[in-house]
Amino acid sequence: MLSALDSTSAFLEASVRFATPLAFAALGECVSERAGVINIGLEGSIIAGALGATIGAGAFGPTAGFLVGAISGVLIALVFVVFAVWIRADQIITGTAITLLALGLTGALYSSQYGAVGVALTTPTVGVAKIPLLSDIPFIGRAFFAQPAVTYALYFIAPAVAWWMARTQAGLALRAVGEQPEAATTAGIRPRVVQTWAVLFAGGMAGIAGAILVLAQAGTFVEGMSAGRGFIAIAVVILGRWKPIGVAAAALLFGAARSLDTLFQAMGWSDVPYQLFLSIPYLLTLIVLAIASSRLSAPAALGRQNITLR
Amino acid sequence: MRFVASTLFRVLVMAVIAIGVLALLLAVMGYDAPLALKALANGALGSSYAVLSATSVRAIPLAIAGLSVAIAFRAGILNIGAEGQLLTGATAAAAVALAATSSDTALANASLSGVAATITMMLCAGALAGAGWAGIAAFLRQRYGVMEVISTIMLNFLALYLVGYLVRGPLQEPSLINPQSASLPVAYHLPSLVSGTRLHWGAVIAVAMSAAAWWWLRSTASGFRLRVIGENPVAAESAGRINVTRTATGAFLISGAIAGVAGAVEYTGVTYAIYDNFSPGYGYTAIAVALLARLHPIAVLATALLFGALEAGGSAMQRDASVPRVIVSVVEATFILLVLAAERWRAPRLQTHEPPTTPSSGLKPSSTGAPK
Repeated sequence: MLSALDSTSAFLEASVRFATPLAFAALGECVSERAGVINIGLEGSIIAGALGATIGAGAFGPTAGFLVGAISGVLIALVFVVFAVWIRADQIITGTAITLLALGLTGALYSSQYGAVGVALTTPTVGVAKIPLLSDIPFIGRAFFAQPAVTYALYFIAPAVAWWMARTQAGLALRAVGEQPEAATTAGIRPRVVQTWAVLFAGGMAGIAGAILVLAQAGTFVEGMSAGRGFIAIAVVILGRWKPIGVAAAALLFGAARSLDTLFQAMGWSDVPYQLFLSIPYLLTLIVLAIASSRLSAPAALGRQNITLR
Repeated sequence: MRFVASTLFRVLVMAVIAIGVLALLLAVMGYDAPLALKALANGALGSSYAVLSATSVRAIPLAIAGLSVAIAFRAGILNIGAEGQLLTGATAAAAVALAATSSDTALANASLSGVAATITMMLCAGALAGAGWAGIAAFLRQRYGVMEVISTIMLNFLALYLVGYLVRGPLQEPSLINPQSASLPVAYHLPSLVSGTRLHWGAVIAVAMSAAAWWWLRSTASGFRLRVIGENPVAAESAGRINVTRTATGAFLISGAIAGVAGAVEYTGVTYAIYDNFSPGYGYTAIAVALLARLHPIAVLATALLFGALEAGGSAMQRDASVPRVIVSVVEATFILLVLAAERWRAPRLQTHEPPTTPSSGLKPSSTGAPK
């Protein structure tokens, strides 16, 4: 029965691998939503991060790829900030436009730089950085400690964000803006400034998520490769109850759903149409939203357009 | 009249800015911008062929889908799912076509009235399927308070995979070589409107639907209820005694039905088959169409023509200047952002009776369900 153990271990490993980009994007979105801004443009930041990483890694190597990816995500988020935070246009429609903008921009840029025919471009990628001893733990060792180094960064970022939001002055200001912007203003907090930084952080994290797709998974850029992950990340935030650790755990659930095909293939169920596997994360998102939306504790001012005071 | 004139002026200014952004992008990306823009203009408006067989033909699904988005947004429902509803609508039409034309006798006996009945059935099936697909999101919104923005986007992806499965399975053409449905027999095509062009009767359907929607919103009680809940759901419930949930769900279903018709019309009028990339994102472009028309059902026809020209020009630009077509969506996004910015700047100065562009209530009824 070694093979059953092997396939379970492979399933867990794939779960963590697919969860990693989602967790990055969702942690960023979590911070942004706690400040009262729902950034549907997250998808745009992810795809921009993916292209940025491709260009950056092609020129200066994988590490620079992550950096350029993050910056690209921030730049897209900056457009969102201008319209949704400073002009105070409707956040949802702005976000939709930003996603459209980024998908078009990256598609056009990619073809202009690497040819319209779509020559399979391979980017330098990051390999698995096995942690000795820990990765030998049976069952979960390979899943959690034989991943690209960027996954390990999450083990620090998620608790750090949780601590920052719960225990620091700045974290308190962030939450105040998300719950009661007018009250925050009387305490000397400037909601727009707080929201600006929160959205830019989300953009950077989404950019890294895009970079992970290219540098740690696909090894190449494909038009539209974000494939709705930005929207799924928003569902992850809801399932994680706007708490960073919860969000990370929720991302893991979605990663597991995306990895079910490895498990099913191991069981020999090969006649199930592959479109069904590809559909699972989207179906799960609908189910999760249905279960989690009705009894949740969203930031009170989430999505609010009219904050009259700066 | 002032509304029409001011809207036209705004659209013109925005078009100039959007084209400017496009020119700048082309230059930055290293394309021959003048050549590309010339190809765009020629492909969109350069000849009677371009106008009647390219621009107008693309404007038809955009107008109908734009109408779908406009009605939902007027009711304060952010239905981003026109793309998925359009796809399921086209799929249902294809399924009806398969059933109606499967036997040779049916084909041989096809009388004019029989054909008309079949085409009507295909369009109705499209409407039902679109409403059904939107109905999933409407149900999740009403029953569980699920944000329709996310659910409709998820349903768009699911519709894509559904089509992908069907054209490789139950709906695949008989030779089982290509991933697409069997080609619709010529007798069942929507007839062409101007002979010798690709312009088909879908144009008449689009105009009739937008006129009907205009009358409905303006002159009927249910149209009034829809507008009221979009502008102020709280007042509608408390002062107007309007059942907000029921009205919103109804608007959502109608919006989905209209998008479904857009797909069925595109299937019976243009593609005659369904396949993976059946829609080049018409459902997303429809959002720009509706917003630029300031959610006005008649104005949607005009903005659909504008975006139809952009789509047609985009294809010409790819063909003649090798500029990737996808750049057109940057122009569309620019339009949406410009409309949003313009509305926000106007809003504080002047509270008019003009239709709202973006229901400020967008998130309130659906998103969080947080206690107020």
